[in-house]
Amino acid sequence: MIHVEDLTKTFTLHNQEAAVIPVIEGAGFSVAPGECVALTGESGAGKSTVMRILYGNYLAQGGSVRIGDVDITRAEPREILHLRREGLGYVSQFLRVVPRVPTLDVVSEPLLNVGWSEDDAKARARDLLERLRIPERLWSLSPTTFSGGEQQRVNIARGFAHSYPALLLDEPTASLDATNRETVLSLIEEAKAGGAAIVGIFHDLEARARVADREVDVSAFTPKAA
Amino acid sequence: MRPLLDVRDLTKAYGARIGCADVSFSLYPGEVLGIVGESGSGKSTLLNCLAGHLPPDRGEVVFDTRAEGPRDVLQMSEPERRMLGRTDWAFVHQNPRDGLRMRVSAGGNVGERLMAVGARHYGEIREHALDWLDRVEIAGERVDDRPAAFSGGMQQRLQIARNLVTGPRLIFMDEPTGGLDVSVQARLLDLLRGLVRQMGLSAIVVTHDLAVVRLLADRLMVMKDGHVIETGLTDQVLDDPQAPYTQLLVSSVLQV
Repeated sequence: MIHVEDLTKTFTLHNQEAAVIPVIEGAGFSVAPGECVALTGESGAGKSTVMRILYGNYLAQGGSVRIGDVDITRAEPREILHLRREGLGYVSQFLRVVPRVPTLDVVSEPLLNVGWSEDDAKARARDLLERLRIPERLWSLSPTTFSGGEQQRVNIARGFAHSYPALLLDEPTASLDATNRETVLSLIEEAKAGGAAIVGIFHDLEARARVADREVDVSAFTPKAA
Repeated sequence: MRPLLDVRDLTKAYGARIGCADVSFSLYPGEVLGIVGESGSGKSTLLNCLAGHLPPDRGEVVFDTRAEGPRDVLQMSEPERRMLGRTDWAFVHQNPRDGLRMRVSAGGNVGERLMAVGARHYGEIREHALDWLDRVEIAGERVDDRPAAFSGGMQQRLQIARNLVTGPRLIFMDEPTGGLDVSVQARLLDLLRGLVRQMGLSAIVVTHDLAVVRLLADRLMVMKDGHVIETGLTDQVLDDPQAPYTQLLVSSVLQV
């Protein structure tokens, strides 16, 4: 489902003496449907950078990233948008939403985008918010004023609303209490059982051991200083 | 899928000074394109050339018309272009006063555009106008008030209702949230996003506000000195800008 080949990424900081910083070199790995691969490596090794390239959020300087039948590194913006709508989900660490939009709408939006009816989308959103223990009295409020943990759970509910065949998870269990952590882990297991190919960053070692089938050490792709 | 709008080598100079130069892009149905750049970068010139408010020196603006398929708007006759401006195209000005008739009631402002495309039945026009006031969150009891009695945010929402009532397929927006309080901006952005999705609209939004494009635009075009210097997915251009100027622009935004 996800095939990464010979991926290279450098940052060129034009306004800081045109410094060129190589970050990833020759990265390659694959993820099959129903499989969860954990990216590992110390802080700064480039785990988040790899995730962002997979999502089309960062440009790669070389190599390819095939997700389904789309090569993210060469696709037109509208092809990437289509893929993100239908086939590729991303749960980042931060929730970014239009202010004043109610939580229930934030969570049901991805479903409306793939053609669900308003009623079905809302029902699925309610179900997820309930499972993630967001109190019902908050559903009609915008999540921008919620606590960090609540925002993260809303973000997870939104990310899992539609069953994407490929899913990227950036520390999905960070800063969650035991009960909510358990819920998120079962959501991941359900997504795997449903055939999703998942790439995740988990600093929570127990969580990683439980849901990840394999590990890919990103530091193997970190360019060595000459 | 065929692009709704196909722009080729659009160029406009003011004497020796460049307005915009060799701008080319395609816009597909349902897409929102953001154009950003500082004042004087040529983004408003470009928007006005696209919308037919300003004659470009050269280039093509091919629009996929309902009746006859792709046609170069610049080659159309003036009446044809005006008809397009009243039906399939809409233009939301930064200052609502430029897009509204200030001496006509709110309902009249919305109804007028309907009458321009042939609606004649008073009751239906009024009902349609009321429906649209409701969709842009203006209370029905204000239908007979003049826009001069409205707040800036309400005027802007009325301008949007007036523009969308004929069910256009392409909407041009020039700094649609400029000059509004931030709290009003958020409401307007949410409204625009909802309408774009429900109606499958395509839109071209010119703004200098990067936060606005992040929330509203699918794709981004960065302009400087009349030239397009970078294009791409909105979040990609903002999070991993490639051109020196875009890097400067993005890193200059104050964090709150």
